[in-house]
Amino acid sequence: MAECHPVGFQWVMEARERGATIIHVDPRFTRTSAVADLHVPIRAGTDIAWLGGLINHVLTEGREFREYVVRYTNAATIVSDEFLDTEDLDGLFSGFDPDSRSYDVSSWRYAGMQIDPAAGARGQTSRAEQSHGAHGAALQEGDPPHVDETLEHPRCVWQILKRHYARYTPEVVEQVCGVPQAAFRQVAEAICANSGRERTTAFVYSVGWTHHTTGTQMIRSASILQLMLGNIGRPGGGIMALRGHASIQGSTDIPTLYNILPGYLPMANATSAGTLDDYVEDNNAPAGYWGHAREYIVSLLKAWWGDAATAENDFCFGRLPRIDGDHSIYPTIMGMRDGRVEGFFVMGENPGVGSGNSKLHRLAMAELRWLVVRDLQMIESATFWKDGPEIDTGELVTEDIATEVFFLPAAAHTEKDGSFTNTQRLLQWHNKAIEPPQDCRSELWFMFHLGRRIREKLAGSQDPRDRAILDLTWDYPTAGPTAEPDAEAVLREISGAEYGPDGKALSGYTELRGDGSTACGCWIYSGVYGGERNLANRRKPRTEQDWVAAEWAWAWPLNRRILYNRASADPAGRPWSERKAYVWWDPDKRSWTGYDVPDFKVDMAPDYEPPEGAKAEDALRGDEPFVMQADGKGWLFAPTGLTNGPLPAHYEPHESPASNLLYPRQPADPTREQFPRQDNRYNPAHGEPGAGVFPYVLTTYRIAEHHTAGAMSRWMPYLAELAPDPFVEVSPELAAERGLRHSDWATIVTERTAIEARVMVTERMTPLHIGGRTVHQVGAPWHWGTSGLARGDSANDLLPIVLDSNVHISEFKSATCDVQPGRRPRGPALLQYVAAYRRRAEGS
Amino acid sequence: MSDFELPTSSWQASYGEEARERVGFFTDTSLCIGCKACEVACKEWNRVPEDGLVHRGMSMDNTGGLSADTWRHVAFIEQRNAFELGDDGEGGLRWLMASDVCKHCTHAACLEVCPTGALFRTEFGTVVVQEDVCNGCGYCIPACPFGVIDRREDDGRAHKCTLCYDRLKDDQTPACAQACPTNSIQFGPLDELRAHAQDRVAQLVQAGEQGAQLYLADGDDGIGGAGAFFLLLDDPEVYGLPPDPVDPVRRLPAIWGLTALAAGTILAGVAAAVTGDRHRARRR
Amino acid sequence: MSALDRSHGQGAVTAAGDGRPTVPRAAPRSYYGLPVLNEPVWTWEIPAYFFAGGMAGASAPLALAASVQGNRRLARAASAVALAGVAVSPPLLISDLGRPERFLNMLRMFKVTSPMSVGAWILSAFAPAVAVGAGRELLGVAPAVGRAGQVGGALLGPALSTYTAALLACTAVPVWHEARRELPFVFAGSSLASAGAAATILAGPSASAPARRMAVGGATLSLCATIAMERRLGALAAPYHEGSAKPFARAAKGLSAAGALTLACASAAQGRARMPAARMRSWTGGRSSRGRPIQSAAGVALLAGAALERWAIFRAGIDSAADPAATIAPQRARRDRA
Ligand SMILES: Nc1nc2c(c(=O)[nH]1)N[C@H]1C(S)=C(S)[C@@H](COP(=O)(O)OP(=O)(O)OC[C@H]3O[C@@H](n4cnc5c(=O)[nH]c(N)nc54)[C@H](O)[C@@H]3O)O[C@H]1N2
Ligand SMILES: Nc1nc2c(c(=O)[nH]1)N[C@H]1C(S)=C(S)[C@@H](COP(=O)(O)OP(=O)(O)OC[C@H]3O[C@@H](n4cnc5c(=O)[nH]c(N)nc54)[C@H](O)[C@@H]3O)O[C@H]1N2
Ligand code: SF4
Ligand code: SF4
Ligand code: SF4
Ligand code: SF4
Ligand code: SF4
Ligand SMILES: [Mo]
Repeated sequence: MAECHPVGFQWVMEARERGATIIHVDPRFTRTSAVADLHVPIRAGTDIAWLGGLINHVLTEGREFREYVVRYTNAATIVSDEFLDTEDLDGLFSGFDPDSRSYDVSSWRYAGMQIDPAAGARGQTSRAEQSHGAHGAALQEGDPPHVDETLEHPRCVWQILKRHYARYTPEVVEQVCGVPQAAFRQVAEAICANSGRERTTAFVYSVGWTHHTTGTQMIRSASILQLMLGNIGRPGGGIMALRGHASIQGSTDIPTLYNILPGYLPMANATSAGTLDDYVEDNNAPAGYWGHAREYIVSLLKAWWGDAATAENDFCFGRLPRIDGDHSIYPTIMGMRDGRVEGFFVMGENPGVGSGNSKLHRLAMAELRWLVVRDLQMIESATFWKDGPEIDTGELVTEDIATEVFFLPAAAHTEKDGSFTNTQRLLQWHNKAIEPPQDCRSELWFMFHLGRRIREKLAGSQDPRDRAILDLTWDYPTAGPTAEPDAEAVLREISGAEYGPDGKALSGYTELRGDGSTACGCWIYSGVYGGERNLANRRKPRTEQDWVAAEWAWAWPLNRRILYNRASADPAGRPWSERKAYVWWDPDKRSWTGYDVPDFKVDMAPDYEPPEGAKAEDALRGDEPFVMQADGKGWLFAPTGLTNGPLPAHYEPHESPASNLLYPRQPADPTREQFPRQDNRYNPAHGEPGAGVFPYVLTTYRIAEHHTAGAMSRWMPYLAELAPDPFVEVSPELAAERGLRHSDWATIVTERTAIEARVMVTERMTPLHIGGRTVHQVGAPWHWGTSGLARGDSANDLLPIVLDSNVHISEFKSATCDVQPGRRPRGPALLQYVAAYRRRAEGS
Repeated sequence: MSDFELPTSSWQASYGEEARERVGFFTDTSLCIGCKACEVACKEWNRVPEDGLVHRGMSMDNTGGLSADTWRHVAFIEQRNAFELGDDGEGGLRWLMASDVCKHCTHAACLEVCPTGALFRTEFGTVVVQEDVCNGCGYCIPACPFGVIDRREDDGRAHKCTLCYDRLKDDQTPACAQACPTNSIQFGPLDELRAHAQDRVAQLVQAGEQGAQLYLADGDDGIGGAGAFFLLLDDPEVYGLPPDPVDPVRRLPAIWGLTALAAGTILAGVAAAVTGDRHRARRR
Repeated sequence: MSALDRSHGQGAVTAAGDGRPTVPRAAPRSYYGLPVLNEPVWTWEIPAYFFAGGMAGASAPLALAASVQGNRRLARAASAVALAGVAVSPPLLISDLGRPERFLNMLRMFKVTSPMSVGAWILSAFAPAVAVGAGRELLGVAPAVGRAGQVGGALLGPALSTYTAALLACTAVPVWHEARRELPFVFAGSSLASAGAAATILAGPSASAPARRMAVGGATLSLCATIAMERRLGALAAPYHEGSAKPFARAAKGLSAAGALTLACASAAQGRARMPAARMRSWTGGRSSRGRPIQSAAGVALLAGAALERWAIFRAGIDSAADPAATIAPQRARRDRA
């Protein structure tokens, strides 16, 4: 965190100064470890085992926050007797289909009821594209869940957890993760001792947990642990997902993803949801805030198609594209390589350096007919056709590349108005500080005027398919010599308003209606423009308000700073403790009150019981805090919404130096997405002949000095000079084993290719002792590329494309490799060098 | 070697009305996370040129040290902590980070030896080079006991931290302190900083940081006290700082004395050489 | 070797990434063996100026004395040397500064805390004095003014010869600063030696007796002062014994000693010129005309010795500044004592 979120890290330092214990779990000793109280080195990709061990510690030592667990989580809920655990099936859950390598989730349901993703289509297998919108889950009509508040019932979630985690002992953690038992116990005790009524523990993670084929389940593990300890929905608790690019959170809220609509509404898909009613039926939850699917989707359609969207024509629902398969980035890239994709917009991305197997990306882009790159710098993704590494090896010949490349200079965030949504769901407005130079233009300008021109070209077209574009509301006010669209006008549209020429801005999503009388571009952002004010632009310093600082910018939803904050009070609505009071029920005023915006209808008493036929949030009891969940409970066991299991199970990374100690029959996640092809070869799996050719763990990461694929740092003299050359970090032991000399060059090799980097021999890298063996890890910052001031090979050329089946994230954090002293061969010789490795790996 | 009070250190007098409260830095390295924001912010604000794209292999330090083109420098030291032993019997691993800067000495050798007056004492008690006056004589460079100030290749003039003189004039915080996310660089009136530093080091030592020590935090050192002082977690030399720096100009009175004596020796020598010469005798 | 070993948590100063030589384990801790001080940026012009200025400075009083005594040949010679010395000084300084006008900045103020400032003023006053003095001796113009100039030069000259020692001593460079007591005498001595030697060469045996005594005496002084300096410096004197200054320091001592000795004998022999010992004559070149070559040779040796002495001291300073141990060890010792 100190490396990648140094500004945010000031609060961690402040906490440390106030006596908080800081524990850093990371394969490497980083700047964060340097100031932490304890650094725990762990083998990359094994956090599910590590967290599983902590969960087991809580279960066996009985350290859970009992009342919280019983009342606020689904611990007591009884699960269908069809459900079988990995403990019963050698590492598989019930419902696995070997052919599609995916799960039929129906057997994971609660006893006596049917569950579907709250916002995902019904009756599907878990295959990725359907489950994507999943954001909480809904119980379909049926009896309420069977519960056993004694938590004794053999099929209640609590007992299932106990059986599932029984084998995640400190010994196993040590064997799998390489974490000494002493360190494990120290951490387990610290966390337990710091959780309960009086104290809370917070988890902070970023891509060290997500960049794995099991990434989603790593986060799930943390959620389970935090729920058991009562650390969700309470001040000082929670799980903070540190995000990446300044508004990467915003780019999932208002998605740049193919499979969700703004506000995590699922994209309509080809196999179901023919009509608006189907869609609403599929995605509406009987209880909780997902019970307003119609209000959300209709208001969105109204925002997009305005007058053209009428009750008669399903509010133009039919004009939404339909998903017919996995159109996430990696399959699309392979589609390019195979000639199935003709054109590509690269906006604010540098796949030629930043994406896993970036070499494949460059080769793929060379097959395009046209490529548009909008960026601040002349990045590798725009110049690979003349100076990319493949030109040097002869794999690409400039003359033979037919791709027409358009480079459009972009305006930086300082050169335009707009908002960033940060990891805390906080929308912070930024104002233009200077005019963009020369031809540089904002995204807003580009998109608006591109749309305008397309609409001009299509004007008068009778082709029905063009209506989708011609009927769009495309009337943002513009200003200035470049006709820059007004960003606040867009924000207002997103926030929502009564539909009509002078409809007033809405103050929140609770005001949305499903009859077309409201328009709202993103229901969760509704209210950011409440009272016709840009609330994201509020700058009241923390010194002038209370510690929640509710008047700094605006957080979705409804300016709520902590989600599920109902959980900060006990079932009767009293704070768990004075020290941790946050929101509570005021019996006299008969309303919820406190420091934050209550996560609840303010007048919904703690003892509220939903009447027969109640809907949405009214169908939840007054003591069910998890208002986005259909059962109002925090899910220790996830009956739906996940592709690879209702509970996390430890699987090895796709490329691993070890066998799966816990489930020998299932080395890696059975549902992981693989793309075995010549241009995406995998290193031999552990145990296979030739695996020994790539004996070391390769993990990639960032350094404070550079930003991602480098355009924002490698081109800047002041940053480039701070870390001019790519380097790999290795332990003195590995250096000795391979004869690597500090500050000299080393060559790192995988089945994909070989790159060179400077050697940083440092005790900050620790060899791990696993099953009597020593496992060495090679650490590689991945920021470099062929252009800019600081140039060098890209670590991403080394990595394979293999993805988490839930969110298609790439396994950047653990692969296997070999490392040798000296620089790599140049030109075609590089290809031969790698070919030799491949032959050895095949054992021929 | 009697110390003698330097005209420059009585700067307040020389400014009279204009004189402002003396300000400076307390750099608390126990709070440093090595993000280098200070190094970069300094260069951005002061338009200091890039200092060479060299991979040094000195942990995460590719800058090396202060120079004409680096006015803030973050040092990185990886060590086995002698104080807290790990269970392997070896010292636990620790990674020291510290941001160095011009000390704005009370007795600033650079300023005192500057023949042109390019280096001067501002109304804030800081030490600044006037680029237009500097003639590149280079005397300030070996005079500085900390190796701070240096001559820039292209313009042949001396450059160093100005303690953001321009920002101070507008009552702004220096760029480096402003950028520091963890408050490792604390800017303010020197007296307040010194008082606070005493408490801080006491607190750390009590917490078991046995290496914790203040550096240049009071007036009775060889430079009459620094405008920029530090809290270190190990000995100064480990960070590339001189353990007991002395302003060479302190010895100047004695040096002048001996120099005069030597000059006298020359006269005496000549006199001795010519006396008793038989020339006059023979000529007459 | 890892970043850790190399960052001297361990107590050793070892090599930096760029292959800078490894400082032995005995050495104190430092930051990657990097210097604490910034190396002086001065180039060869500076030591060259030290030499020329020093020689000119000591020549001025000699010129006056000789002139007063009526030893016109010697007075002429010394004046010429002084004039030559001041003539080359400004160009040397300017070429170090880069641009001529930059020298003028030196005269913006007079700072007693800055030996360089003081020196700039001395040089500026000395030069005209020497000029008019030389005018009197060599061209016979404006005798009165010339005499005044000679007197001025005679008083300023010795200061010009020795302030440069103060200039070096007044830096943080250990091998210079810690030599502050001896350095002025080293410079005084070699100034006398070089001035005397130069005058000897120009004036010839018959007129140069005082110059010879001056040269021999000066060389002896600088040799003694140098030895004393190195003894006091102890470990800090390393650059003179192993560093890049070593050959120059050695040559300087050798040449000065040899030059002084030869000149002494030659003078002595010439003194006994009337003594009827053919053999002795033959080797001392007793009679003035026949003594000249060997005296001139001795003079050249002394000049070279004085020049190399300055160069050695300059080089030693550069090495000393570049060696972290030189800066740290004494300070660490001081702190531990306190
Ligand atoms: N300076 C800087 N800041 C940045 C960025 C940048 O490029 N440079 N990028 C921004 C972006 S886009 C993002 S996404 C964030 C990412 O922020 P971070 O997640 O902090 O970035 P990383 O360095 O990729 O990974 C973090 C750590 O995960 C560790 N790690 C690797 N594998 C594992 C594992 O299996 N388990 C555990 N526990 N740790 C593991 C790595 O050693 C690394 O130290 O940073 C943002 N901030
Ligand atoms: N091996 C490995 N690979 C990784 C990761 C890893 O940890 N290891 N991390 C992954 C992660 S988390 C991420 S987020 C990706 C990031 O990878 P990319 O997003 O491909 O790389 P970036 O350099 O962040 O690309 C952002 C680009 O946007 C440009 N830009 C900045 N501002 C603007 C703007 O306002 N408009 C436009 N049009 N362009 C702008 C920048 O110049 C830059 O070129 O990398 C992934 N790749
Ligand atoms: S780069 Fe921006 S987002 Fe990242 S730490 Fe710095 S200020 Fe925060
Ligand atoms: S540290 Fe050096 S440069 Fe800074 S004021 Fe002191 S002597 Fe001058
Ligand atoms: S180089 Fe410039 S600043 Fe330094 S002493 Fe000379 S004139 Fe003064
Ligand atoms: S005070 Fe100003 S000039 Fe000095 S280091 Fe900080 S930013 Fe640079
Ligand atoms: S900005 Fe602050 S924390 Fe960052 S390196 Fe500088 S001093 Fe350390
Ligand atoms: Mo990211």
